Amino acid sequence: MKKIRRSMLFLPGANAAMLSTSFVYKPDSIMFDLEDAVSIKEKDSARLLVAQTLLLPVYREHGIETVVRINALNTPFGLKDLEAVVRAGVDVVRLPMTNSAEDIHELEAHVERIEKECGREVGSTKLMAAIESALGVVNAVSIAKASPRLIGIALAAFDYLVDMQTERGDGTELFYARCAVLHAARVAGIDAFDVVYSNVNDDEGFLKEVSLIKKLGYNGKSLINPRQIELLHNAYAPTAAEVENAQKVVEAAEEGERKGLGVISLNGKMIDAPIIARARKVIELAKYSGVRKEF
Amino acid sequence: MTTSLNKKIDDLLRQHPDLKNITPFVDANATTPYLKDESKYTRKLCDSIEQAIKKCELRDGMTISFHHAFREGDKVINKVVETISNLGIKNLTLASSSLLSCNSALIPHIEAGVITKIYTSGLRGKLADAISHGLMENPVHIHSHGGRVKLIQSGEINIDIAFLAVSTADEQGNANGVSGKSQCGALGYAMVDAQFAKKVVLLTEDIVGYPNHPASIRQDQVDYIVKVDEVGDPTKISVGAARITSNPRELMIARYAADVIEYSGYFKDGFSIQTGSGASSTAATRFLENRMRAKNITASFALGGITASIVDLHEKGLVKRLLDTQSFDGTAGQSLGKNRDHIEVSTNVYANPASKGASVDELDIVILSALEIDLDYNVNVLTGSDGVMRGASGGHCDTAAGANLTIIVAPLIRSRIPTVIKKVTTLVTPGESVDVLVTDHGIAVNPNRPEIAERLKAANLPIMTIEELYQRAVSLTGEPKPIEFEDKIVGVVHFRDGSVIDVVRQVKD
Repeated sequence: MKKIRRSMLFLPGANAAMLSTSFVYKPDSIMFDLEDAVSIKEKDSARLLVAQTLLLPVYREHGIETVVRINALNTPFGLKDLEAVVRAGVDVVRLPMTNSAEDIHELEAHVERIEKECGREVGSTKLMAAIESALGVVNAVSIAKASPRLIGIALAAFDYLVDMQTERGDGTELFYARCAVLHAARVAGIDAFDVVYSNVNDDEGFLKEVSLIKKLGYNGKSLINPRQIELLHNAYAPTAAEVENAQKVVEAAEEGERKGLGVISLNGKMIDAPIIARARKVIELAKYSGVRKEF
Repeated sequence: MTTSLNKKIDDLLRQHPDLKNITPFVDANATTPYLKDESKYTRKLCDSIEQAIKKCELRDGMTISFHHAFREGDKVINKVVETISNLGIKNLTLASSSLLSCNSALIPHIEAGVITKIYTSGLRGKLADAISHGLMENPVHIHSHGGRVKLIQSGEINIDIAFLAVSTADEQGNANGVSGKSQCGALGYAMVDAQFAKKVVLLTEDIVGYPNHPASIRQDQVDYIVKVDEVGDPTKISVGAARITSNPRELMIARYAADVIEYSGYFKDGFSIQTGSGASSTAATRFLENRMRAKNITASFALGGITASIVDLHEKGLVKRLLDTQSFDGTAGQSLGKNRDHIEVSTNVYANPASKGASVDELDIVILSALEIDLDYNVNVLTGSDGVMRGASGGHCDTAAGANLTIIVAPLIRSRIPTVIKKVTTLVTPGESVDVLVTDHGIAVNPNRPEIAERLKAANLPIMTIEELYQRAVSLTGEPKPIEFEDKIVGVVHFRDGSVIDVVRQVKD
């Protein structure tokens, strides 16, 4: 089964207590941050802490994908970060402020060299690109297609909105970027992640935004508080009615296949291949996440 | 005596010599001269704490008592002890229902020999630290809330004078914590002291018209009343142990605890529940509401330490009655004043195992916290991982023993310190009373409750053995080094029946 990525939880790389135990929140992916969440004087210690954390078996045991946001490669820290985390076995490296396919190519070359040096299987380190500028949004398609190592691209709002000379509001300000990044991801066949919702005490606002990006087609969202994980997973879980309907679709399709019917219908509606594929996905997701609960 | 009465008495004694001890009538107030004139209305009122102490004839070696319903906001304990100290009285036993961080002002009075013995439910802050490092010659006696009443009844705690903070009292001493300015809500601890102390002094901010109602403390129990500027700061009741949380880890544990309740077999219409102090325990209430609605279940009563979230369930009709011995926040205190099914109970009714009936023994479910829990499910809520006292016995062992389902909630690791360990530093509640441990890493069920384990497994909850939780903890933190203690005993821990269950030794510096 393809890795499901709804939630990507950000953790500050310098917080030892959080690093060692945050697997209990069961996000799909966890992103140890060495960039913005770490002050200059803690860059080295955070790198060490994160590398040690990647060596712990617990994240893998819980099926949680490990992601590290390294500092940009043009800073004094970026390459050191990369050396440490690739050697420590990180699943995915997230590159901040990706403006072009060349940024990914440069990163990939370093990753491949480090993999060879440390004896890690070449290609086993996956990559993620964070789009944080107008240029990045415009180049999203070429960025998304830049490497087979890419598992996804993420829109990051803060710098992008400064670049666009606007600010966070009702979502209108992100409308184009959200659509552009999502289309790029789909063209490249990789996952797309929406921006963080920073008002962690506003569950209602968070769920409204989740509803929007889910309708658009995003795989998931970057999160900054563990409390948002369950809300997000629940919002992405199919409802009991959806699961029931999906089961009927699959049963009808299977029966049609047994009987050799060309055209299958359910309750007078034609069921074609995309509907059957969608139904199978709903059932798969329900098995993974359960059905939606009312809180 | 009149001539006619004289003759009648003589006749009576001649015919019934066995009545030789009768007292002939003299006048209406022969035995109660203080009721003779209108000064009777003010006879209990004292101008100052000092005057009340003198009228009570407090002497060296006596026992004084207090309640801790204002928790960290208490303004009475330190002040009264300071006044006593200024009067030069020494060698007292302090029997406060509990002591908190705000009581660090007692340290100099202990050093000066004013207080030489302490009975309390717990200790926190600088006072706890000093006592753990050998401040006192005599060990501190730690008791549970129910156990305190047992110790009073058995005479081990023999209260000479109780100094009780109340928000309002009338001139006779009818008093409560639900009217006036600084309200603490329930006076469950004070009700016991008012019943058993030889002398009872009320300290109040407001002397109201007679008769004050409700009378948590009754006029027939009260000797003196002192008006003071302030008895306590109610906003500080819900800080420290009784706080509300937005911490994701604590909320996660709270949700697991709600899951455990839902699938435990005890989640039935008419069930009863207590949530102890501690963030996860209090927060678990929040997650129960929807589950109760979905299954059309209401609770018959909630007990204890009542919180705003329990009051919320009560006001929504989901919990029929609240039995309140200590109001854990302002909302609970206000509810006690206005909701007729929010009922104040003394700690004797609440938890005393020797009373003729304690509410804890009617309890289905209790959620409690822990500083440490060991592989035998023994719980420590008193000493920290450094061996220093920093908590309270409270109603922990009372409710754990009484409830049908005792759930302990705790993070597996605090900072870098494991909560699940091989052997608890101090034993407060024995593992035989503990059924389920809920941590952020998984849920463990006491092997003596296999039926509960089966139900929780069937509900797909993350069940692990307590040994697995221990292994998980040490895999993340390493094996904790044993704490080093001196030989000197600084604390004696009593179980709820008064028996001694453990001792606390002085920590090595």
